[in-house]
Amino acid sequence: MENVTTAEHVAHAEHAHDEHELSFLRAYVFSVDHKVIGIQYAITAMLFLLFGFSLMMLMRWQLAYPGAPIPIIGNFLGQANAPGGIMLPEFYNQLGAMHGTIMVFMGVVPLAVGGFGNYVLPLQIGAPDMAFPRLNMASYWAFFGGGVVMFASFFVPGGAANSGWTSYAPLSIIALEGQTWWLIGMIFLITSSLLGSINFIVTALQLRAPGLSFMRLPFFVWAQLVTAFLLLLAFPPLEAAGVLQLMDRVADTSFFMPSGLVTTEGPLEISGGGNPLLWQHLFWFLAHPEVYVLILPAMGIVAEILANNTRKPLWGYRVLVASVIFLGFMSFIVWAHHMFLTGMGTAMSAFFQTTTMIISVPSVVILSAFFITLYGGSIRYNVPMLFALAFLPMFGIGGLTGLPLGLSAPDIHLHDTYYVIGHFHYVVAPGTIFALFAGLYYWYPKATGRVMNETLGKIHFWGSFIAINCVFAPMFITGLVGVNRRLYDGGMQYAHAQEVMEWNAFMSYGAWALGLFQIFFIVNFFWSIRNGKKVGDNPWGATTIEWQAPSPPPHGNFTTPPEAHRGPYEYSVPGASNDFSMQGQATGAEPEPAKV
Amino acid sequence: MEIPYTVAARPDTGLNNVKLGIWLFLASEVMLFGGLFSTYVILRIGGVDWPLGAEYLNIPIGAFNTAVLIGSSVTMVMCFASLKLGDFAKYRMYMGATILLALTFLAVKGFEYYEKVSHDHLPSHSTFLAIYWTMTALHGLHIVGGVIVNGYFWGPGSRMWHVKREMFENRVEAAGLYWHFVDLVWIFLFPVLYLL
Repeated sequence: MENVTTAEHVAHAEHAHDEHELSFLRAYVFSVDHKVIGIQYAITAMLFLLFGFSLMMLMRWQLAYPGAPIPIIGNFLGQANAPGGIMLPEFYNQLGAMHGTIMVFMGVVPLAVGGFGNYVLPLQIGAPDMAFPRLNMASYWAFFGGGVVMFASFFVPGGAANSGWTSYAPLSIIALEGQTWWLIGMIFLITSSLLGSINFIVTALQLRAPGLSFMRLPFFVWAQLVTAFLLLLAFPPLEAAGVLQLMDRVADTSFFMPSGLVTTEGPLEISGGGNPLLWQHLFWFLAHPEVYVLILPAMGIVAEILANNTRKPLWGYRVLVASVIFLGFMSFIVWAHHMFLTGMGTAMSAFFQTTTMIISVPSVVILSAFFITLYGGSIRYNVPMLFALAFLPMFGIGGLTGLPLGLSAPDIHLHDTYYVIGHFHYVVAPGTIFALFAGLYYWYPKATGRVMNETLGKIHFWGSFIAINCVFAPMFITGLVGVNRRLYDGGMQYAHAQEVMEWNAFMSYGAWALGLFQIFFIVNFFWSIRNGKKVGDNPWGATTIEWQAPSPPPHGNFTTPPEAHRGPYEYSVPGASNDFSMQGQATGAEPEPAKV
Repeated sequence: MEIPYTVAARPDTGLNNVKLGIWLFLASEVMLFGGLFSTYVILRIGGVDWPLGAEYLNIPIGAFNTAVLIGSSVTMVMCFASLKLGDFAKYRMYMGATILLALTFLAVKGFEYYEKVSHDHLPSHSTFLAIYWTMTALHGLHIVGGVIVNGYFWGPGSRMWHVKREMFENRVEAAGLYWHFVDLVWIFLFPVLYLL
């Protein structure tokens, strides 16, 4: 009896604590609210995307005009990196390695998973918060710490890591100090994604609102759930590999160092006997599932927006769910298609090219289902929909150009050329990043209560769409000619590259134009926080549960506990008074018509 | 605002959040140590010469440490069982024993490390020693983490038992699952490094 009263007393005290005004630090900096953490993730990740993109714009100057001093900015890069404004090869390598690292691990994944996952997933399943709010905060701060370490590595002697984002051994082990910082930064980022992925899985499985069975989950939730499993199971082997590489660098072990290695400074004094290929296996065991970590949340976002703006149910919901789960499983056994040219043997190549061909099937199924969703719809061409529509052909190009790379014979020619760069950038840049833009425009009114400006959004879309294709389409041409990636001068020294050299300047103009058009987004994003058009809780006339919450949702998210009464995409149900039947609305109680 | 299923199990999944969370964490740990054990296999297959563990390591000491760790797993079960039976004093006794056994393990490990250093058997000496140091040190860090968590539940954290009894039991159960996992890793490490 006494125990009960104490428990009640504590519960009461905690309740009272909830109502208490939080200090600024607790409410906005060290917050445990999933919405604040989601926004922190999103904004930090967008800043890293901008930073990583700026590194690339510098590289594109060097590729377009090899050896010419960089105007204005060149003076601020420092004598060690760019004497007289002319970029040194070592600095170019740093930019290349850090561009990849930042875009993948600190830009796209934290925005897609940390940002959208945190903000949208609990709302879509009708949960008051994530399952472990404090773990969620720890996840963000581990990410932030990793970001600081990576950023700081530019200022250590010798600069940041310069062995490529893949950090292949033994090059990365004899590299300068920046590589050690890279490894420490990666360990922070891996810890962050581990904490995050546990939280997402527990939240999605445990905190679903009453009535929200698995087959009623929005496709976005499915995509995030599979993504979280990939992060949970694929990242630890890279953590192990990171620890081993750190040992090689700091404790002079030889996990990845063969015997008898000689550098310009003479033979290395190490015990030897290690295996450089082992690093590649461990790295790609993560990094191939990582490709699906990049693309699945984007597919989830696109699915939501397509259904909403065609005013039709998503075509083939069950097939989509099955495909995304199958994709998740398969992504663990395709990694060595990145290694066809390492001499690992034809039997291995045959196995991995078979699994690679199999994994393309569910991807094609998902894309086809999206295209069929469009058929017969009366489509609303608002800004989120434009970005979502652009995702389809862009991801299509990216995916289909991947097929020749997945077959070991054509890969002999195409491996490590600009064709590869074109291929994966089509998947990630006009693919994933466009989907992320679509999501930003789509859920912005949920987070702020206002919509972003439509005109600025359309300029942003069309400008980016044209410019980004100018950057990446020519890469297929230069790659097929055989121009290698990671060349400091873009291939100037090679006879076979001469006929396509003029594309380098063209691609650079595209990149700078792409940079200019992002200004429209940045202005729109900040301007609309205060000046955007005010809208209600459900401006797009959407069906899923997050649109039932007030905009912006209060602490605890919902004013009345939500319940799911139907599937996620019941648009244009015959006989219903509106063209959308909300998941949380009991039959009979019809929602207000959308005002758009 | 109340987060559902922090204590009670959700009917359709049959789990509470804590238990699902700790199992997922252990799944990722399996992948972490799985990566390292795979590394061991690949390096050993590719190695020109590979010493028997006994050439560098002391098997009786390793066997003693294995027994210590298995003993600590037993006391961990006993402490959870006592908690379920409502015997708080016994819980503290068994949890204290678990912590002491873990500290014994660390002390013995520290002695082994000291011996290695004094014989100049550092990680840079050979690939065998490199993987020995890396895997046992990473495992040792997991033991240290376990000691910190168990110490918290033995000391300041145990106040929760008087207030939110079921929640505290769940937490100790999660700590126990983790502790058994760490024990299990050692049960693989000992034969792989010392005996084979």
